[in-house]
Amino acid sequence: MSNVSGRTTTDRASARVAIFGGVYNNHVSLAAVIRDARERGATELYCLGDMGGFGPSPDRVFPLLRDAGVVCVQGNYDHSVGNDLDDCACGYTDPRDNAFAQISYDYTVARTSDANKAWLRALPPSIRREWGGRRVLLAHGSPRRTNEFLWESATSDAFLRRLLDDHDADALFVTHTGIHWTRELDDCRVVVNVGAIGRPANDGRTEVWYSLVDVDSEAGSLRAAHVPVAYDHESLAREMLEEGLPDEFVETILTGWWTTCLEILPAKERTRGRY
Amino acid sequence: MTRLEPTAAAAPHSPDRDEVVLALDALDTLWLQVGGTLCNLACRHCFISCGPRNDSHAFMDVAAAAAALRDAEARGVKDIYFTGGEPFLHPQIRELIDLALAVGPLTILTNGMLIDAAMAAWLRERFDASRYSLELRVSLDGTSARSNDPVRGRGTFTAIVEALQRLAAVGLSPVVTVTEVDGVDAGSRERFAQLLRDAGLRQPRLKFLAPFRIGREARRGRPYDPSERLTHEAVDAQGLAALQCASSRMVTARGVWPCPILIDDDGARLGDALGDGLRPIALRSPACHTCYVEGVTCRT
Ligand code: SF4
Ligand code: SF4
Ligand SMILES: [Fe+2]
Repeated sequence: MSNVSGRTTTDRASARVAIFGGVYNNHVSLAAVIRDARERGATELYCLGDMGGFGPSPDRVFPLLRDAGVVCVQGNYDHSVGNDLDDCACGYTDPRDNAFAQISYDYTVARTSDANKAWLRALPPSIRREWGGRRVLLAHGSPRRTNEFLWESATSDAFLRRLLDDHDADALFVTHTGIHWTRELDDCRVVVNVGAIGRPANDGRTEVWYSLVDVDSEAGSLRAAHVPVAYDHESLAREMLEEGLPDEFVETILTGWWTTCLEILPAKERTRGRY
Repeated sequence: MTRLEPTAAAAPHSPDRDEVVLALDALDTLWLQVGGTLCNLACRHCFISCGPRNDSHAFMDVAAAAAALRDAEARGVKDIYFTGGEPFLHPQIRELIDLALAVGPLTILTNGMLIDAAMAAWLRERFDASRYSLELRVSLDGTSARSNDPVRGRGTFTAIVEALQRLAAVGLSPVVTVTEVDGVDAGSRERFAQLLRDAGLRQPRLKFLAPFRIGREARRGRPYDPSERLTHEAVDAQGLAALQCASSRMVTARGVWPCPILIDDDGARLGDALGDGLRPIALRSPACHTCYVEGVTCRT
């Protein structure tokens, strides 16, 4: 096991860790999630990537992440922005989805400082930890591909077992899709998609979701829970309008329903949404 | 990881120097030709020339499908696709659907016409009961009888739109697949989306596909030009890794093939059972050119 955490988590009988992803420039929800996690006793904070996109004022999230000591993984967006690539590598085919994706990407690249780009460029694609004797892997999309979507309804147990086998892990945490879920496999291994904190989960609620993981070293167990966080989404919406971001994005923040980039949703997740 | 094999290495049929050879990265997708080459239609662009009397691939029997599914599950398959021919011609289609949904998410490629109200209701029930997605992909090639029927057959436009209405009535939202034959242009996406909304689908979902110029389509449109072949100079590792055959295989009643497109090509056959068909393949069909150049994948 390489790269085992030297921090307090592994040294105590029980500890609480917060894991989130998909910040999407939402500095208001990021501050709220950090506060919530601290209040609930999380001693370590992890972010699984995609700091930019969608929301306003990209440079505002970086001081929050650094000041809170958040340990970060590189998402596809971070790789693209960090390297000044032409697009976010989300791989949409619908022209409308591509047009909206390009608006947020161009906006984010143009407003991310060189220093923050360098910081994004240097983030690792995955992080390993050992919590409660369990081998934990933190990645963005999937451990084998940063931009692979792991949707709850489109990912078989068999495939998740293969990923865990191939990557020597007992527990895997990912983001990238924006909708959270947990799969406990019959061999006591677990995969958690922590969802996104930058926009709601296409469920008609304005809250955003992150994960709290309770590590019990004596029992050798991990327990993950999805936590909704309310934040001042109306102030974010105002800032997005002032920045000239599309009304469609603002609608998502205010209603909890996704309005763009819907083609990638599998049937089940799509049918639950409004659009 | 996808790699260009050195020439003559582990390729199925001693490839010549120019052939591009592609290893299977992992079995992410299992295709099952459950409907064989039997179809209630005989579309003029069908690249495997399916029809009511073409049984060159028969219906897959349930035991064979179950065996392939078990093997694929042990190999960590991520998702499953059913195609044909027409899968809903299969007398045991319900049993096959349940078997697949026990393993992972399932997408069924269909012309929709045989999905009557009772079948639509049953599909909705399965959609709700399964923890994995059940996707339907319905083919339609024009926004009017005038553009669709010359390709898919007389009366098919109306029949397919009625099928979409039956699916919409139970709240299922199929992906409508459009083959880019004549008359598909920049405005087509919006015209199709409007047609689907008019059929009652509140979330129009569309996939456009370039035609494969083999089978009947070679006669309807045009065959491939000899220059349309993949060569080492024309490909890179990233483009090859994106090909569906880098991560999927097709099992039919007659054995294993690299993909749904080549099952008419006996030279492309890889073996009897899934496990025999996981070795590298030579991308020697002109259809491979379409996959690579147009970025076509049969996946949704
Ligand atoms: S294109 Fe599809 S519906 Fe038409 S004949 Fe071929 S298999 Fe049947
Ligand atoms: S036709 Fe396409 S999917 Fe089939 S072997 Fe050739 S490149 Fe692969
Ligand atoms: Fe991402």
